[in-house]
Amino acid sequence: MIPAAFDYVAPTSVEDAVAALAQHGDEAKIIAGGQSLLPVLRMRLNAPEMVIDLGRIDTLRGVRDDGDAIVIGAMTPHSVVGSDPLVAQHAGLVAAAVEHLADAQVRHRGTFGGALAHADPAGDLGAPARALGAEFAIAGSGGTRTVSADDFFVDLFETAIGEDEILTEVRIPKHTGWGSHYEKFVRVAHQWPIVAVAASVRMEGGTIAEARVGLTNMGSTPLRARQVEDALAGQPATPDGVRAAAELAADGTEPPSDLNGDAGYRRHLARVLTRRAVLAAAGADGA
Amino acid sequence: MTAVQEPAVGADREIGRERRRKEDARLITGRTRWTDNIVLPGMLHLAMVRSPFAHASIVSIDTSEAEEAPNVVAVLTGADLGEAQGACINAWAITEDQVTPPHLPMPSDRVAFAGEIVAVVVARSAAEARDAAELVDVEYDELPAALDLKEAAADTVLAHPDLGTNKSAFWKFDSAEAGTGGDVDEAIAAARTDGVVIEREYRQQRLIPAFMEPRSVVVDPTGEQHTIWSATQVPHILRFAIAATTGVPESKIRVIAPDVGGGFGGKLQQTPEEMIAFAVGRRLGKPVKYTETRSESLLAAHHGRDQWQKLTLSAEKDGTVTGFKVELLADLGAYVAIVGGGVPVLGAFMFNAIYKFPAYQFNCQTVLTNKTWTDAYRGAGRPEATYAVERMMSELAAELGMDPLELREKNWIKHEEFPFTTVAGLEYDTGNYEAATAKAKELFGYDELRAEQARRRESGDPVQLGIGVSTFTEMCGLAPSRVLGQLNYGAGGWEHASVRMLATGKVEVVTGASAHGQGHETAFSQIVADRLGVPFDDVEGLHGDTQIAHKGLDTYGSRSLVVGGEALVKAVDKVIEKARPIAAHLLEASVDDLEFADGRFSVRGTDSGVAITEIATAVFAAHDYPEGVEPSLDSEATYDPVNFNYPHGTHLCAMEVDTETGAVRMRKYACVDDIGTIINPLIVSGQVHGGLVQGIAQALWEEAVYDDAGTLVSGSFVDYLLPTAADTISFDVDHTSSPSITNTLGTKGVGEAGTIASTPAVINAVVDALRHLGVDDVRMPATPSRVYAAIQGASAGGATDGAAMPHFDPAEPGRSSTEGAGA
Repeated sequence: MIPAAFDYVAPTSVEDAVAALAQHGDEAKIIAGGQSLLPVLRMRLNAPEMVIDLGRIDTLRGVRDDGDAIVIGAMTPHSVVGSDPLVAQHAGLVAAAVEHLADAQVRHRGTFGGALAHADPAGDLGAPARALGAEFAIAGSGGTRTVSADDFFVDLFETAIGEDEILTEVRIPKHTGWGSHYEKFVRVAHQWPIVAVAASVRMEGGTIAEARVGLTNMGSTPLRARQVEDALAGQPATPDGVRAAAELAADGTEPPSDLNGDAGYRRHLARVLTRRAVLAAAGADGA
Repeated sequence: MTAVQEPAVGADREIGRERRRKEDARLITGRTRWTDNIVLPGMLHLAMVRSPFAHASIVSIDTSEAEEAPNVVAVLTGADLGEAQGACINAWAITEDQVTPPHLPMPSDRVAFAGEIVAVVVARSAAEARDAAELVDVEYDELPAALDLKEAAADTVLAHPDLGTNKSAFWKFDSAEAGTGGDVDEAIAAARTDGVVIEREYRQQRLIPAFMEPRSVVVDPTGEQHTIWSATQVPHILRFAIAATTGVPESKIRVIAPDVGGGFGGKLQQTPEEMIAFAVGRRLGKPVKYTETRSESLLAAHHGRDQWQKLTLSAEKDGTVTGFKVELLADLGAYVAIVGGGVPVLGAFMFNAIYKFPAYQFNCQTVLTNKTWTDAYRGAGRPEATYAVERMMSELAAELGMDPLELREKNWIKHEEFPFTTVAGLEYDTGNYEAATAKAKELFGYDELRAEQARRRESGDPVQLGIGVSTFTEMCGLAPSRVLGQLNYGAGGWEHASVRMLATGKVEVVTGASAHGQGHETAFSQIVADRLGVPFDDVEGLHGDTQIAHKGLDTYGSRSLVVGGEALVKAVDKVIEKARPIAAHLLEASVDDLEFADGRFSVRGTDSGVAITEIATAVFAAHDYPEGVEPSLDSEATYDPVNFNYPHGTHLCAMEVDTETGAVRMRKYACVDDIGTIINPLIVSGQVHGGLVQGIAQALWEEAVYDDAGTLVSGSFVDYLLPTAADTISFDVDHTSSPSITNTLGTKGVGEAGTIASTPAVINAVVDALRHLGVDDVRMPATPSRVYAAIQGASAGGATDGAAMPHFDPAEPGRSSTEGAGA
């Protein structure tokens, strides 16, 4: 488990990091928390000539209030995100997803932006990001641009981040007062989800006024299940009220088949887990 | 008849005391030296070049580019090493006509499994060796691979074309032929007309031992002796095998197993890596080290289990069993490993388990394939047997509408019937299945859980509850040497111990059993402390170095305590007997007037006495000792067991099954094991808990999966699922005790018990939860996908296929790796 030799720089500003990236082009690889890159290097699945470490750029760390949104720095470790009061108050779905992300060691080393930029469709953060309509700030030599969650995830391990760009922060619109639940289906606790469903709902009395639903590992990118969201609006938060909407969860998805189950099984899981996630988000899972 | 009793524990007795392990401080804090920590002056590092193909001819190996790489000292192939590389031995040809392919550590003409070594790179650092390994250019001519066990058994594709068959050996036991029982075919025929016949086929999936410390070896060939440090369970066997296959005199080889991080049978092997390191070190005259990566460990360290079990059980309509017929196909992988085909044979005497089958037949065909070779894995043969019979007994109970425990009790050996000679010809010395079962039922809350199960069924709860039973026994304490001889095993089953009485009153205990996590130093200290009457802390345990423990047969098969511990008892007793005339001399008394208790010889009826440690000091000075007596108390003993011993237990498992998703969740697990006298309850708890998890993991999580090309798909811990503490519950563990009568201490083995018992308990529970939906089997591992498929189609679920989860993206910028060069 020894990586091939590589050069290493650790810039202290976003500008320097972008410059290093421009200089080394596709021979370079960015390391954030290293939880996905290091195994790749150690198993010699990849051998970049240059590794650019973002760990010393202090401005990329932390969570702040930005009016109608909260902003999470790309290099903020999962453990910090998971225990941050702003996240808990305004983006409970993110907090719920982070709580059971991988294991404690990964949560302390891995970063919020790193996991999203890696764009593993089985990663736990993409579905909440899509469900809550997150916006991604991406810095390049020409300055910073913003990309919506719908446009950020392009394909398996592929995002809108260009070769000479860096994800700097993620802006999440406040969903204050919404109920949230991340329903994760795994065989062992530290596993990537076979399927997971991220759900947030705004309740008015016993009725679901608005819903946001994201799907993990149901295609080559994290997905947003708008058809489910639309069908949930105005429904009572009861198993019968939610069932028909949840049945739409797998529509249009192309989930993978692997050792843990085939695509058909995953579609079935998506429907069941969506029902459970929505009811739990509505505080009605005991109903 | 066996009395059930708690072991007597006096306030000052060490046996039975919950001693924390002496070893733990150094193991937990890392203040010890694992093989990979060993650094020798001028030491070189090895990296292996491994075949990416399951079966291929080696056309050419171009090492020139690798040889030019920085700090590379040599790149060697099998042809370069020639006969100096020795051979990997099979110590147990289970039949005289067993087909056994030659197994060179590094073949030069053909590879027979993906991961086989074709070249070794020697460099000044491990990183440089790894880099250069990717530059070795091997040209292969791919051959058709024998992968599927059943197809391989039909010889459709040959794993080794020169052999002309994949069928290695056919081993049979028939109770009618052996005179130990009736004719099983007659019993089955009778039951077909006037009884019940249960026929099932079960799959024992392939497992990977996945010990915590990867294998590592250091060879120092300098000086008069070759010293080998290896993360092995079997230093003595390794020393013998190296000597026997390389021609280097055994006396010139010293093997040291330092602290070793787990084995589970996976380090009961003479490995190609050890042989290659030995050959390279000798050839270059330099110390060398090889430590495998986790990927290499999963790929090329031997695997376990991998059987098809065709089972036919016959019974009368009242549930009385009349016969059991077992037909196995066992996958050896590419070679017949050191125990190899003997693993299923270790189960041959156990399929009848605790039941009084009047007729029994066991048939096993071992088969060569182009997969990683298989060998012992915790339980070795007995988990397979226990799974088969405990699943079948539950199927029979379901067929007859009987409670599975009542059916078992109807058929098991009653406690007053011990010692009992079974239909497989073994004599079970002691046991009490009634007592263990009664205690387990109470601990478990059997009746309450049955009531809850009924409520959930009635209400159509999406989460159903199932209760699984496993009333297991096993044979352990390998093994009586004469029995092994009858089975054509290549060695004996004795163990050796010696006791050295030091001048300062301390005691060194040397055992030939080589611990790799079991806690020998602690348990053996307790035994010696009690028997010799010295403080626990004054006893030091030494093991694992063939120069210190010159004689031994190592640790596996739950043998260390029951065989090695008995050797120790006999050595201690010799110390006491050697001390007796010296004590008499020092006390100016007659030997006949002395009694020995609590570490002191005293003259009966007086307060005159002398401690054995004082005698040790006296014989060290040797100023005053009787004529004709040697001035030493040191003693040794070699003990060959007279019988196996037969721990047993009742394991009860409750599983919740989510019928909407197929997810399973353990609700409760209670077990009551009878392992005779317990030396250290804390160590026993550790063995039971760890064993349970390992068996549960077979039922629910672990499986080595190959694709159609013979590539190991579950090649990392992303896809080979090991449980952690987060995936298990707190177990309710208790004991009954029917002390063994075949050893002095009354102990029985415990190292494998949990693993053997738990797997069928879990699957029986999953099936029990779904029985009313028409489900009578779920194939292992019982993944949610399989369970859900079983609920939907009432089929057991097919083979695991599909790709690994693609979490690590290779298709990113940068150089691509050399395919198959290892990692």
